Amino acid sequence: MRHKSRVNWPAFSLIAPAIIVLLAIGIYPLLFAVNISFRQYQLTKQYLGTGYVGLQNYITVFNDPLFWESLLRTGQFFLLTVPLQIVFGISIALFIDGIRWRPLSFLLRVLLVLPIAVTPTVVGLIGRLLFNRDFGLMNYLLGLLQIAPVSWLGEPVPAMLTIALVDIWQWTPFVALVMISGLAIVSPDVLESGRLEAGQGWNLFWHVQMPYLLPGLTAVLILRTADILKLFDMVFVLTRGGPGVSTELVSVYVQRVGFRVFDLGVASAQAILLLLLCIVLSRGYIRLFYREVEA
Amino acid sequence: MTVLRGKRRVWTDLWQAVLALFLAGIFLLPVYWMVTTALKTTIDTFAVPPVLIFQPTFEHFLAVYTEGPVLKSLLNSLVIAATSTALAVIIGAPAAYVLARFNFRGKADLWFWIISNRFISPIVVALPFFLIARDLRLLDRHPALILVYLTFGVPLVVWLCVDQFRAIPREVDEAARVDGANLGQVFLRINLPLAMPGIAVAAILAFITSWNELMFALVLTSTEARTAPVEAANFMTGFGIRWGPMMATGTLIVLPVLLFALLVSRSLVRGLTMGAVK
Repeated sequence: MRHKSRVNWPAFSLIAPAIIVLLAIGIYPLLFAVNISFRQYQLTKQYLGTGYVGLQNYITVFNDPLFWESLLRTGQFFLLTVPLQIVFGISIALFIDGIRWRPLSFLLRVLLVLPIAVTPTVVGLIGRLLFNRDFGLMNYLLGLLQIAPVSWLGEPVPAMLTIALVDIWQWTPFVALVMISGLAIVSPDVLESGRLEAGQGWNLFWHVQMPYLLPGLTAVLILRTADILKLFDMVFVLTRGGPGVSTELVSVYVQRVGFRVFDLGVASAQAILLLLLCIVLSRGYIRLFYREVEA
Repeated sequence: MTVLRGKRRVWTDLWQAVLALFLAGIFLLPVYWMVTTALKTTIDTFAVPPVLIFQPTFEHFLAVYTEGPVLKSLLNSLVIAATSTALAVIIGAPAAYVLARFNFRGKADLWFWIISNRFISPIVVALPFFLIARDLRLLDRHPALILVYLTFGVPLVVWLCVDQFRAIPREVDEAARVDGANLGQVFLRINLPLAMPGIAVAAILAFITSWNELMFALVLTSTEARTAPVEAANFMTGFGIRWGPMMATGTLIVLPVLLFALLVSRSLVRGLTMGAVK
């Protein structure tokens, strides 16, 4: 028997590059950000120097209503998009799972991949086109229903709806694909005996199929939470956070403070808080859902 | 009775086909609209009601081609994404092999740490990256983005390849060791070729992610190393949006990605969820 404490040098040399690289580009910048967050660091006011200011940046963030509003707005955006993505995603998954003609269900599953892969920056550009007030397709379709044209990108509430609709378009297919793989685990036997006990339709779904979807649902919630806290490119191109700050999600706001106001100290403090939030939320989710699956 | 059931089946098939068509329409429409707008004359673009049948023109693609910056940015994107992906595979695949084959203390923690890179918001590290790149004089140069894109490239490759290496039976390794091969040779000559399908998928996903990235590129490049998404986002600044060239640029950026995505459609979800869903 080999000693466990002995280092297997050949194996170590294979894994070391990955560890070193991730330390250098994953951990080091994080520590760097923590360091900056305790410093005075305004690129446009270099004469102030970059000395330590203690918790000053964090106090600034805590007293900055714009930061909290952008977080609140991100929460609203989450509530506008994720529940609908889950409902649509599960519906589409059930529909595709129920298609008897194999080529059709295969084709749909392949098509679902496309929106996810489209470059978010380009998605933002397409949004500009479709939601254009004067010649956009959306207003034309509304016109067919006798609804007056909406200034989608020119007013706060429609602008928020626009980025939400675009996000729903891009990420519902992702939820659907995750749910399809969940449904695929349900064995025909389980489904058959479930039909006898729970009957058809809603009962069958809720009591028999739903438990199999919970792990996928957890994954979706964690990933969507992380991705919405990260969400930048699509919104940046589509609305730049405007009009005013009405669609300025938290990543867009932090980017503005960091790279358009150039107050890197405060922006770093915001980013660190954001990171903590993300960690707390994803841990909470994992605990909540996996307990439910076990019970 | 059987006739009735047969009729019902036909109806089910029919409404399923209609609904499928509707779904496909919704998910494809925006991309279709982009491509057709790129092929429309400017007059047709502004037409209300929208022109559905038109004589396609390549003037916007031609404009994009002759003006140059978009082409240059596509080339930059290609160089950066391809190099970063290659590095991610070179660094990530051996690590995945070790994680798949060996047990050691702290493996679970190491595992979790590698994966957790998926959850770090780019804005958190974009600020320090900017300052570090500035001090190293790497701003607006390819190496900066190539290195930064390893933050998601390496975890992606590690995660997807571990499964692939686990699927290769250990007996293969042992037989080679008996024949006198060392660990490096066992990995390079035997496991690597067998794991190629999984590595290819991981590489494609890493490439797509790098190709699509905007925030780091916006922060770390300005003119020389500017990538295609930055160039595309630039169409929104300044006066008067040039819809045709903008959509032509979008089409040029998106088409290769869509082709790649179709290639790996089965593994895309596994890659995006970091294996949380098989």
